[in-house]
Amino acid sequence: MSNEKQSWGTRVGLILAMAGNAVGLGNFLRFPVQAVNNGGGTFIIPYLVCFFLMGIPLLWIEWSTGRFGGRNGNHCTPFILDNMGKKRLWKYIGVFGIFTNIAVAAYYTYIESWTLSYVFHSLKQSFSGLNQFEVANLFGSYVDLNTNTMGIPFEPVVLYIFCLAINVYILSKGLEGGVEKVAKIGMPLLIAFGVFLAVRGLTLGSNGAPEGCTDCNAFLGLDFLWKPDFSNLWDAKVWLAAAGQIFFTLSVGMGTIHCYAAYVKPKQDVALNAMAAGWMNGFVEIVLGASIVIPIAVGYLGLDWVKENASFSMAFQTMPYLFGKWGTALATAAGFMWFGLLFFAGITSSLAMGTPWMGFMQDEFGYSIKKSAITFGIVTLIMGLPTVLFFQEGVFDQYDYWAGTVVLVVFALAESILFGWIFGIDKGWDEINQGADITLPKIYKPILKYITPTMLLIIFIGSLVLPKNNDWEKAFKEEWVFDETNSIIGQINNSDIKQNRDWFSTVYESPTDGIVKDVIPGGEGILPLIVIGELPKSPLISTDELKPIPTIKQIELNNTDDIINVKPGQTIQAGMPIASGWHINPIFYRGFARLMLIGLFVYLALLVRIANKKRKSNV
Amino acid sequence: MSTSALTTMILTQLFVTAVTGYFFYKVLKTPNKKED
Repeated sequence: MSNEKQSWGTRVGLILAMAGNAVGLGNFLRFPVQAVNNGGGTFIIPYLVCFFLMGIPLLWIEWSTGRFGGRNGNHCTPFILDNMGKKRLWKYIGVFGIFTNIAVAAYYTYIESWTLSYVFHSLKQSFSGLNQFEVANLFGSYVDLNTNTMGIPFEPVVLYIFCLAINVYILSKGLEGGVEKVAKIGMPLLIAFGVFLAVRGLTLGSNGAPEGCTDCNAFLGLDFLWKPDFSNLWDAKVWLAAAGQIFFTLSVGMGTIHCYAAYVKPKQDVALNAMAAGWMNGFVEIVLGASIVIPIAVGYLGLDWVKENASFSMAFQTMPYLFGKWGTALATAAGFMWFGLLFFAGITSSLAMGTPWMGFMQDEFGYSIKKSAITFGIVTLIMGLPTVLFFQEGVFDQYDYWAGTVVLVVFALAESILFGWIFGIDKGWDEINQGADITLPKIYKPILKYITPTMLLIIFIGSLVLPKNNDWEKAFKEEWVFDETNSIIGQINNSDIKQNRDWFSTVYESPTDGIVKDVIPGGEGILPLIVIGELPKSPLISTDELKPIPTIKQIELNNTDDIINVKPGQTIQAGMPIASGWHINPIFYRGFARLMLIGLFVYLALLVRIANKKRKSNV
Repeated sequence: MSTSALTTMILTQLFVTAVTGYFFYKVLKTPNKKED
């Protein structure tokens, strides 16, 4: 065991770090989009019910489990769960508590690097004078390795490594000297920036409406977001969305809360601390998150546009354009604050993701804080580089889906069963109440044992067999067709990929119906390109021109010597061979991403096995 | 903005702000326990 004993400097620092761990980009981007898509103002009812029945219990489980582990010298989940479960299996379930953090940090740090780059671009006024599509395209240029927006070669890779290095540096300063300090600076700044932008969102009204746009009014956005439609309360989809939002916003099921709480001294409170951190996350999400993106976007682009296009990517592809409407000085300040806010939300979370690995290496292999931080950086870099290099091929999305979504639910379900049924609810209840500075309502004892695991089980099964278009009513009453993109079964089978289903092939099948607009043969340093005009499915409306933008699909082939077999003007169908030559298909990158994740899990499981042997030989 | 939307927004945001403030205040006011 390492000689460097770590602990939190102050209680406020611990709560800010925990809240910082929970507050992420999802608070500002995922919550309002979920609310818009699930009944507007009514969404808050299932949201709060799920918070009380699943969020708070999980917070108490993880905080108390962590402190229990810390009391026994364990600072990460494999040996904490092992201590509670007394069966070998729990050690390996606990591996998820390190695995998820490294896998998520691998791509999350990449998002952080986008925010950092956009802070720079805001200060440099790069968005000034650009229209909506040029702003959106700047993001495409940023993630493309062949172009750069700041004059730095391989810009996304360089900035990614830079961001990871910042994380490693802060982590190497330890909990009190690094993580806690950043939380104490970052969280108040995040809230201050959020308040500024929220005030703009709440007072914008129709001041920004372009000529001819009748539904461009921020109040319409707020109305849409908050108007209750009680008929939605009976929709299973809305409840599942609310449960999912609560789950992801609190960062439960990851292993980070356990690790942070493991450094709480044995007699100190966890019950009140958990409530303070959890509600602070709720404040950032409900009060600030709901008052920024949706009202501002509706104020300039209209309600119909937002209904059609509300998504995570608005943060980078739309917001800078909207800030540009406020005049140069305010646009610069707003851009700096918006991306600064997202950066602080990101880094306070990614720092938390570094601590389980560090705790494990310090506990089991006697690493120093510095050495464990550096090794975290190396492992994360190895895992993360593919998400940067093959971002457009979908590696990033695979990490997010499996490590950042599915595994969290599985782990939380397992730990709630362990806590309520194996460790025992009586012992668990005593553990939460030990040193508590608040009186816990007794009703939570049966909730912890029965309701929380049941809700998690429903979420898991719901994700496993998610019906097409999230239409549960149709699935129960008529035919159950899996959602090909979002259900776990659909993902495992890659059901959403209809063409080019081999990892490698010698012909390339068209992924879409349409008319060939242009073909550009390959040459030295030029990859062949086929431009297909698709029938517009959901045309984007440019407020600059107020006319539909045709949907164009550009297919860039892998090799300069690929032969294109179609001509401009030719009508093609999905599945038709349109080029020949040796191809790496997108499905390969999915398989590669999954192998990387499996490899990481196996590596960590082996480390846990070695650590376990070491422990036994030391007894 | 309709009255129902405005009411839902104000009540929800006031409730969440008040509860957050209450717990944070309680944290600041409660002294740490002494470890043996």
